[in-house]
Amino acid sequence: MSDARFRRIDEWRWEIPPSGGMRVPGLLYTSEKLLKGMGADEGPKQVANVAHLPGIVKASLAMPDMHWGYGFPIGGVAAFDLDEGVVSPGGVGYDINCGCRLMTTRLQLEDIRDRLGDLVTTLFQHIPSGVGSRGNLKLSAKEEKQVLGEGSAWAVRHGYGTQADLETTEDRGVMAGADPDKVSDRALERGRDQLGTLGSGNHFLEIEVVSEIYDGTAAEAFGLEAGQICVLIHSGSRGLGYQVCDDYLAQMVKHVHEIRIPLPDRQLACARLTSDRGRDYLTAMACAANYAWANRQLLMHLTRETFEKTLGMNPRDLGMRLLYDVCHNIAKIETLPLTGKNVRLCVHRKGATRAFPPGHPALPAAYRKAGQPVLIPGDMGTGSYILAGTERAYTETFGSTCHGAGRVMSRTRATKASRGRSIPREMAARGVIVMASGRRTLQEEIPEAYKDLDDVVEVVHRAGLSTKVARLRALGCIKG
Amino acid sequence: MSYRVFDHTADLGIEISGETIGDVYAGAALALFDLLTESSAVRESEERTVAVEGEDEADLLVNFLREVLYAWNGEGFLAKTCAVREISPWRLTAVLRGEPHDPARHRIRMEIKAVTYHQASVRRTAEGWMGRVVFDV
Repeated sequence: MSDARFRRIDEWRWEIPPSGGMRVPGLLYTSEKLLKGMGADEGPKQVANVAHLPGIVKASLAMPDMHWGYGFPIGGVAAFDLDEGVVSPGGVGYDINCGCRLMTTRLQLEDIRDRLGDLVTTLFQHIPSGVGSRGNLKLSAKEEKQVLGEGSAWAVRHGYGTQADLETTEDRGVMAGADPDKVSDRALERGRDQLGTLGSGNHFLEIEVVSEIYDGTAAEAFGLEAGQICVLIHSGSRGLGYQVCDDYLAQMVKHVHEIRIPLPDRQLACARLTSDRGRDYLTAMACAANYAWANRQLLMHLTRETFEKTLGMNPRDLGMRLLYDVCHNIAKIETLPLTGKNVRLCVHRKGATRAFPPGHPALPAAYRKAGQPVLIPGDMGTGSYILAGTERAYTETFGSTCHGAGRVMSRTRATKASRGRSIPREMAARGVIVMASGRRTLQEEIPEAYKDLDDVVEVVHRAGLSTKVARLRALGCIKG
Repeated sequence: MSYRVFDHTADLGIEISGETIGDVYAGAALALFDLLTESSAVRESEERTVAVEGEDEADLLVNFLREVLYAWNGEGFLAKTCAVREISPWRLTAVLRGEPHDPARHRIRMEIKAVTYHQASVRRTAEGWMGRVVFDV
């Protein structure tokens, strides 16, 4: 790559040297192939823009699935000093705590091969999906506030899961410091009837089979074996989270002069971490994060019920266990190594996943030797990867890695490219049963609209940010 | 009103042109509903007044569309027409006419999560006015 903006550091890293108002360099984890594919994408410019923000430490990072977002790039990681730094709602994204959870079962592919069509159909019937989908729960104002404070534990307390599910959820499915009084009436209104809904767009639920094991020891620790049936859920905080982001972003745009720095893009609006506005956002964001965890917990419960009913199995024989739940749109205060010392930082991961190393106290005991499970969903019908967090990610990228395949084609281009084609039929030819609420969603989400998942994962694996444990192949998928 | 959708890798942008600046704001609101649903199926049985402020024309456009979008995803209201009543660079009042969402008659085409400030602009052109905004979809 001869682009003057970049300086190649090694096989997997490119630097954007500081220029203009950049306080730190930009650092891209990518490959020659992926960098070429970026072409006209403005992602690298956005990586440089983020480097302008006050209190940013070390570098504005981009993962190999990085693509052009609004304000921050998607696939971006940025950490800020707690005294000098800022928090930016645009650095988290509208879908606060959008994330993935992966469940394993005791089933093998041959157990369900003939029932796959029934399973996909009944999941599609039982799990509310699509634009503005409403759930079967209508929360009272009081109950909703409990959800915002408790996260996954609220769902478990009401019978939608088990204590064991909490053990294997990032942060046990609850972010501390959530105060529902910092969430607007509008956001609360939007959240009241959407708990337990998948949503639309790139959100999905997929039945998958473990097709390859790369690291036998880690796979065993994670409870994975070849041929095993798993379910992956990708969803977030629904309308409540979008509204929280929208509310605080508008406030910060209005008061951005208070931080006394010119921003290259209004969407980067932010507030000092020491300010009331910054603290209030983090408090409201924690509420939305907790809503998302409760949402995925409920979606998992609906999945368990559907599998049990459709296959006529009891919970013990089905053995649907939560392997792990990770968020990939979040800002968190974490203790991380920086120039040889452990410091507390505010880490923004927008389209990036936490990847803590073996031995980290945040990991459940069963995974402490293997490292944190990292779930990387692919595009529709591609399946996914399970990786493990590493020491290298911990010291180099604020304990972060990629989050998925990353778009290369805009939605309009994807819709045009799929005109006249039957996407469900194409997917069926690849051995994947797909059901969706909207035809348009399928058109926008065609596989060629995304970067090659294998290329993205190869970069984080080879760069040492997380290592391959297993590959899963898609069998059936429901989309909003 | 005329608008076109422009390419943005992850999201969806619209460019609205009009003779007056008011046309751009009204056109942007209608473009938003046009992306959401088939507007010919929407009846004009109710109205909503939207009043917003902004620091400049672009900020005003984003703030206006944020309110318009809330009429849909917060209150389930679909508009067919939009009339701008009052406009200055910092203030805008407009009236939306339409009806509550009826799943039997209104097919929803897509989800628009939010209106972003990213590269939002409103400017004068040789023919009149032009506005640009990116939606998170």
